[in-house]
Amino acid sequence: MVRGILGKKVGMTQIFDDDGRAVPVTVVEAGPCIVVQRKSTKRDGYEAVQLGLVESTPRRNAPKPIRGHFAAAGVPPTRLTAEVPVDADDESKPGDSVLADIFGADEKVHVIGRSKGKGFQGVIKRHGFGGGRATHGSMFHRAPGSIGRSAWPSRVFPGQKMPGQHGNATITVKNVTVVKVDTDRNLLFLKGGVPGARNSYIRIVKV
Amino acid sequence: MDLIREVTQQYLKTDIPDFRPGDSLKVHVRLKEGEKERIQIFEGLVVARKHGGVSETFTVRKISSGIGVERTFPLNSPSVAKVEVTRRGRVRRAKLYYIRGLRGKAARIRERSQVR
Repeated sequence: MVRGILGKKVGMTQIFDDDGRAVPVTVVEAGPCIVVQRKSTKRDGYEAVQLGLVESTPRRNAPKPIRGHFAAAGVPPTRLTAEVPVDADDESKPGDSVLADIFGADEKVHVIGRSKGKGFQGVIKRHGFGGGRATHGSMFHRAPGSIGRSAWPSRVFPGQKMPGQHGNATITVKNVTVVKVDTDRNLLFLKGGVPGARNSYIRIVKV
Repeated sequence: MDLIREVTQQYLKTDIPDFRPGDSLKVHVRLKEGEKERIQIFEGLVVARKHGGVSETFTVRKISSGIGVERTFPLNSPSVAKVEVTRRGRVRRAKLYYIRGLRGKAARIRERSQVR
């Protein structure tokens, strides 16, 4: 069996559980996906499937090499393709469809997505530094402060937290609970937030 | 956004009476005590109603043994068993937070005529 699916973030809302508690959920349009390529240990060195996310508007004007790749599988081109792991006894072949029903309620999954870009940010927003006092002549506001000792080590240690690009990175959120699965509409209800903006693509993989 | 509305449709309550800030309510709250379930009534003045589809909430304020108590309920939660309107109030604001600073006579709210 295929152990993951591709999806598109719809948005967040809340639903009520059996005890009447409100559960915050992210609604994800997961699939339908088609298998574009089967990666095998013999040929590729590892086992996986490459999935394509079928969207309501088909992909037009795919470049010729891409068209050829999809034609080899005998499926129409999709905008997004990504690999997901498979079970050892997986027998899926190109053209097979993968739907949201591979997941069940209360299942734990990992969600991989691209976070919202925040641009070049300082250390306060990027790393949660405290910063200095705004008034009373402190003269130290949002600067990073000291980045290390002097004569020894005479260098800055790797990994020093400094300003830079914040967000727009691939983020994996682990052990997200699937609250509900709507197989008719191919929707997954994931507890809490997932990376990215609305309409951004995410990958959902079984733990 | 429309898909969100669609999937939350089933959680929306249809049996909620029309009420606004300024009205007085009896809120029947479902409480779970171990195995047993019982209904408790919270009675007071609606000071705010915050819209948002399934996430809509309303805040009820009452004076309990001299101390002001406010409780915010999710309108569509199954734990809110029933909402009864006991009095219609005429107010000129959507959020009655100013009532927190008033007590006794000053905190009265005029009755709204039903004709409107």
